[in-house]
Amino acid sequence: MQDLASTAAGTDRIRLLRVLGPSHVWALGVGIVLVGEYMGWNFSVGKGGMIAGLMACWVAGLLYTCVAMIDSEVTSTVAAAGGQYAQAKHIVGPLMAFNVGLFLVMAYTMLEAANAITVGFLLDTVAGMQGQAGLHQQPFIVLAIMFLAWLNYRGVLATLTFNLVITAIAFIAIVALFVSVQFGASAVPLDFSAITSDPLPYGWVGIVASLHFGLWYYLGIEGTCQAAEEVRSPARSLPYGTMAGIMTLLIAATMTWYICSGLMPWEYLGQAGTPLFDAARVTGNTSLMVLLFVGTAFATLASANGCINDASRAWFSMSRDRYLPSWFGAVHPVYRTPYRAIVFLVPIALIFALGAPLDQVVTFSILSGLLGYTFMTFNMVMFRNKWPLDRIKRGYVHPFHPLPTIVLLILCSTAYFAVFLGYGTQLSAMMCFYIVASLWFHFRRYKFVRRGDQFTMPWPKPQGY
Amino acid sequence: MAYEPPKQSMAGQIFDVITLLVLTIGALYIPLYLGLAGAAKVPNPITNPTWESLGQNATEQQQWAALGITDPAAANEIITARFDYSFSWTALIVMAVLVIGYFVMVVRLSDREYREVIEERFGTKRR
Repeated sequence: MQDLASTAAGTDRIRLLRVLGPSHVWALGVGIVLVGEYMGWNFSVGKGGMIAGLMACWVAGLLYTCVAMIDSEVTSTVAAAGGQYAQAKHIVGPLMAFNVGLFLVMAYTMLEAANAITVGFLLDTVAGMQGQAGLHQQPFIVLAIMFLAWLNYRGVLATLTFNLVITAIAFIAIVALFVSVQFGASAVPLDFSAITSDPLPYGWVGIVASLHFGLWYYLGIEGTCQAAEEVRSPARSLPYGTMAGIMTLLIAATMTWYICSGLMPWEYLGQAGTPLFDAARVTGNTSLMVLLFVGTAFATLASANGCINDASRAWFSMSRDRYLPSWFGAVHPVYRTPYRAIVFLVPIALIFALGAPLDQVVTFSILSGLLGYTFMTFNMVMFRNKWPLDRIKRGYVHPFHPLPTIVLLILCSTAYFAVFLGYGTQLSAMMCFYIVASLWFHFRRYKFVRRGDQFTMPWPKPQGY
Repeated sequence: MAYEPPKQSMAGQIFDVITLLVLTIGALYIPLYLGLAGAAKVPNPITNPTWESLGQNATEQQQWAALGITDPAAANEIITARFDYSFSWTALIVMAVLVIGYFVMVVRLSDREYREVIEERFGTKRR
């Protein structure tokens, strides 16, 4: 495995530190994703109603189980920084790798922007509850992004240890809300009458449409393999951390749907900015309100933190390979972090965080993630075809191949249609962006790429070449 | 013989970064800024709304109150807003062609590049 990182264009080579264990991998995955329970997922209720929101939660859970199975096999074999980017480079080719790198950067940067928007909205809501309505959200959005970028600049271990703690607190907050409401802590009872009185306000098409935001419950879990080059034992830690993350999120997502759907009218829930915090408000219990305020703040900060980590590593990896200007491929001489990539992505996150509505930013993030999941389907088939099981040793072999791949492809196709319903213009804009970027890479940028350096794994020649 | 790429000048690197920035902001942010992209969700408020006419039962009314909304008129637009899921089949087909065409293009061009990578890495090309 290539475990050296260049400081600039392959001159001085400094290693990224191998300091992360399975718990850090879990924290990186869940930390990025847990915010999906705190905001964004509820737009799926808005697109299809209460039942549709639950079905989207479970169908998306199935999609991500397929993603985790496929990703664990490939990542446990291609354990290099950049995750899916490194996979694409070795299995499909440079242009696909460039696109996958962009998927990752865009998905995580947009998610980071969405997190910052939520921080601002949360503080505005709390200020309003204290009689200080009209709080300016922008300074808090800027502060959140700048502070987390600084943390990432300083070092990955401190960053992910910080993530581990605040992710655990955010998860405990969801469990505490669920248990407290079950034991009668809410002044307002749970009410699921909309399930019978208004079960499918859009009919069956609403169930399909809701899958769009259903992805938000789990989006980013595949980010666990972004730090592959900094994990002590990738073959063991990456599958373990990813699978544990999916299980954690399935439980948290179902509890979240149950509490929020029971405590809020679906019409309100479908457009709420901070649904779990709003659920705590409905209970009338001050302790729960404080806990869910802290949980929402921590979840958004942990997510934004992980997003900066992952986006910068994808950008760094592409620069190291000259898919992007090599100036970005530098490692900080003291902190050993890809500091130029971290700093460069800050203004992009700020532009979207300060100038776009939450559901639009969330949709951009979802679309980039969705394109990445579509890539995983044919990537998996090509991986098994080019290197059958008896040709190279995998750290983990996922069962029932090609069933997870087929299921994933069907669900991805459905999700494209779901986005098309209501957000078709954004889907078009996103596709145009990637098509133009691909042409730019192939006809302009690829000439700067060293061909032989794009295949660094100690594998035999792929079959069919 | 291994392919030796040209060395890119600092000006060239800056040009490439600006190109990507312009592409990102031009394709993704400008449509939002100009209001060309967005959710197709439209409120259909009713006149003289009451909680009953808005279909909200007693418990739901308590929930609205806990969320700080006690006047049905304030909840009117939220409750009556709906997405419009009507679409033209032509638009759907165009979208499908765009997505599938994109992946086909990327995989085919990638394969062309990949063969160069494999040839350089392993020395021989398939006949």
